Amino acid sequence: MTALSFVPVWTLILAAGIFFYVLLDGFDLGVGILYGFEPDLASRNTVMSSIAPIWDGNETWLVLGGLALLAAFPLAFAIIIPALYFPILVMLLSLVFRGVAFEFRFRDAEHKSFWDHGFCYGSGLAAFCQGVMLGAFIEGFQVEGRHFTGSSFDFITPFSMLTGLALVFGYGLLGAGWLILKTEGAIQARARRSARVCLVAVLIGIGIVSVWTPLIDPQIAARWFTWPGILVFSPVPIATAVITISLWRLLDSGSHGGPFVCAIGLFVLSYTGITISLWPMIVPHHYSFWDAASSPSTQAFLLVGTLFLLPVILVYTGWSYWVFRGKVRADIGYH
Amino acid sequence: MELDPVLLSRFQFAWLIAWHILMPAFTVGMASYIAILEGMHLVTKKEVYFRISTFWIRIFSVAFGVGVVSGVIMPFQFGTNWSRYADTAGNVLGPLFAYEGLTAFFLEAAFLGVLLFGRKLVPPWAHFVAACMVAFGTLLSSFWILAANSWMQTPAGFEIIDGRFFPTDWMQVVFNPSFPFRLAHTVTGFYVTTGFVVVGVAAWLIRQGRHVAEGRVMLSMTLWLLTVLVPLQILIGDQHGLNTLEHQPAKLAAMEGHWETGSRVPLILFALPDQANATNRYQIEVPLLGSLILTHSLDGTIRGLTDFPPEDLPPVAIPFFAFRIMVGIGTLMLCLVAVSWLLRWRRQLFDSPWFLRCCLVMGPAGFVAVLAGWTTTEVGRQPWTVYGHLRTADSVSPSLTGSDVLISLLGYMIVYLIIFPAGFWVMARMIRKGLDAPPEETSPVEAGRPSRPTTVQLQPEGGTP
Ligand code: HDD
Ligand code: HEM
Ligand code: HEM
Repeated sequence: MTALSFVPVWTLILAAGIFFYVLLDGFDLGVGILYGFEPDLASRNTVMSSIAPIWDGNETWLVLGGLALLAAFPLAFAIIIPALYFPILVMLLSLVFRGVAFEFRFRDAEHKSFWDHGFCYGSGLAAFCQGVMLGAFIEGFQVEGRHFTGSSFDFITPFSMLTGLALVFGYGLLGAGWLILKTEGAIQARARRSARVCLVAVLIGIGIVSVWTPLIDPQIAARWFTWPGILVFSPVPIATAVITISLWRLLDSGSHGGPFVCAIGLFVLSYTGITISLWPMIVPHHYSFWDAASSPSTQAFLLVGTLFLLPVILVYTGWSYWVFRGKVRADIGYH
Repeated sequence: MELDPVLLSRFQFAWLIAWHILMPAFTVGMASYIAILEGMHLVTKKEVYFRISTFWIRIFSVAFGVGVVSGVIMPFQFGTNWSRYADTAGNVLGPLFAYEGLTAFFLEAAFLGVLLFGRKLVPPWAHFVAACMVAFGTLLSSFWILAANSWMQTPAGFEIIDGRFFPTDWMQVVFNPSFPFRLAHTVTGFYVTTGFVVVGVAAWLIRQGRHVAEGRVMLSMTLWLLTVLVPLQILIGDQHGLNTLEHQPAKLAAMEGHWETGSRVPLILFALPDQANATNRYQIEVPLLGSLILTHSLDGTIRGLTDFPPEDLPPVAIPFFAFRIMVGIGTLMLCLVAVSWLLRWRRQLFDSPWFLRCCLVMGPAGFVAVLAGWTTTEVGRQPWTVYGHLRTADSVSPSLTGSDVLISLLGYMIVYLIIFPAGFWVMARMIRKGLDAPPEETSPVEAGRPSRPTTVQLQPEGGTP
């Protein structure tokens, strides 16, 4: 090993990449889920238009995250991905349906209802699968040597089903926040109602996961509930409570942007909570970021380009959100 | 029957990549074609280039969309089904794949929107620049992905420690021995493929008597291009074959159908390879030509398949026939181009119904050649994933059972059999509508990726609905 280690910076890049994905595709998957509850064509068009310009860029973070994992931590990639064989399969197929629905729904008007269903169920199923993956990941995998040795159905546990459902509501919350920000009138009012339902469900989810995780893993319990962890980490639950209350209030007030910001806040905190529980393992119970890292030469080779391209991509992504700021309408220009 | 996860995984990978490659085979060429058309429009100011370009941009956007969606699935295959390959080769191949994602996202994401929807919103030169950048982006994608694939064919610049590959020299890894040939042959092949699609559509338009002016420009322009590219493609293919002879002799022997090592070998035109008895049946051959083509001398020695241990041989019949399909199509393409010279010289290029019909029939030929060529390459590489070092059987995820893979394979088959035909149907309908489909009027600047311009309508902040 050389003196200079690239592992910390790659850990950071990977963590940021996954988080961007969860946040960005999270809200547009959420919008896809809520799309199914919109009563008429006009409002459905509006809802879809609110994410049409950006969803594709959002989804690219999935590819970048997957590839960063492969390149920077190949051992983790080789264990986690096969362990999640079926959730990944179903997620990918759902994303395919959902992705082409944007194009085909409009160009293949004869089968619009088919593509509409593909869009809504595809979004929901993809969200559920990602939640299942998260749950299975937290529970850990059966590993021997450098391989996953369990069965492809190991992911089915009560815990992972719970996290699956929780994430559907979590994305629903993000999506509702986005719709409150981007729409007006009846659609916005519906989004506020959906946001409340989702928030309650998410809180139940977060609650159960927070109790359950320390129960399945004494190490995690020790980290949270012994001194000084209990002091250092206590801001996380406290902040969660504060944000939840403000989110509920903001849903009542006329705020347009507030609920979305608070929903993001909840995701940041949950992500932090999971990080605290699992750090520094990338394959829980087996391999740390350092164990799973690719060779320094590999990490350096990729870092050169990444440090140049990633900031540009970020700036550019931000810019594209800026260009599409403001409320969206679909009643004009649709044919 | 025992279900074999290795065999099923191989089939699954082949299924997914074969559909995926159809889209780049078209979009890589089309992106460059659009850039050329935009450039011609900018220089000559002729309306006709503008109309042709607008027509193809619409079709391009659908193909691109389907290409991206099917592409997202690809990298995950390395993890779900080929995890041992990901673990052993990840140090070397990971960055190559990651660079593909990064550079593609970087260029295509930034400029695709401007190309697709920004016509009215940016000055013509900026639209042209966007077209060039998208074309460049598709070429960069191809560059990295082919570097990765070529490394698997002819690995270089690495060392093996504890059974895993570690990079020692990145220049050698990227510019491995077969890479220049594979890059040149594949990209030219993509251009040829796109060229034949354009020629086919142009011939159809002329025969229909619709948009004849545009049809003629497309036909003539593209046939000039193919005049250069088709012979070039055959030339590069020959060089590629020599490279294969040097680095993957077993693959070459399978492609040629040679069982015995010897000199003055014939060129086999047709045969039924019989792997069990290590011989060919019903062989039709041209004496001596094999040695002449492969070694450029009559007495050149060629290693035959029996020279290799049987467990290191690919299934001979598949590369053997796939190679003949590709070369056969290449020859047909050359014939068509040659006929076009003759007709051009006689000034009958646009009014020979039989020639236009041939153009129409040859429209999809490039796709068949691309698939056949890749089948030759990939099946010929067997039984290795990393040639000579990592066996396919040792690459598969150890946790998978046959029924796991059967389920996923069926899932992918059903979904692809819905998505791709739907995509082709949408594109065919756009072509049938012709060049005067409604212009996409007030589309916003697309900063993001493709979207439905007609369903997106911006309202300035603070405006009233
Ligand atoms: C329009 C497409 C097209 C056409 C007309 C041809 N090829 Fe090709 N060929 C390809 C498209 C292609 C390809 C799909 O791009 C491949 C697959 C992998 C690769 O590197 O290029 C390929 C592979 C490939 C290989 C395999 C090399 C290897 O894997 O080791 C050889 C030897 C040739 N070609 C040779 C030829 C010859 C002699 C042709 C003369 C007619 C020809 N090709 C026409
Ligand atoms: C010779 C083989 C291949 C070529 C030339 C190629 C080329 C391309 C191109 C040009 C695109 C842009 C979309 C389009 O134009 O249709 C694309 C998309 C994509 N390809 Fe492939 N590809 C190949 C094989 C693969 C393989 C093996 C993988 C798996 C690692 C892969 C992963 C992807 C991904 C992830 C995308 C979407 C990228 C994005 O979001 O922009 N491709 N490919
Ligand atoms: C783009 C056109 C391509 C086609 C049509 C194609 C086709 C195939 C086929 C038919 C197989 C199965 C071979 C067999 O098992 O007998 C295969 C396997 C495979 N190919 Fe490709 N391939 C393409 C490009 C690529 C690229 C660009 C990569 C990676 C950079 C790649 C990586 C693999 C891997 C990892 C396998 C599985 C292991 C194996 O069976 O050897 N392929 N491909």
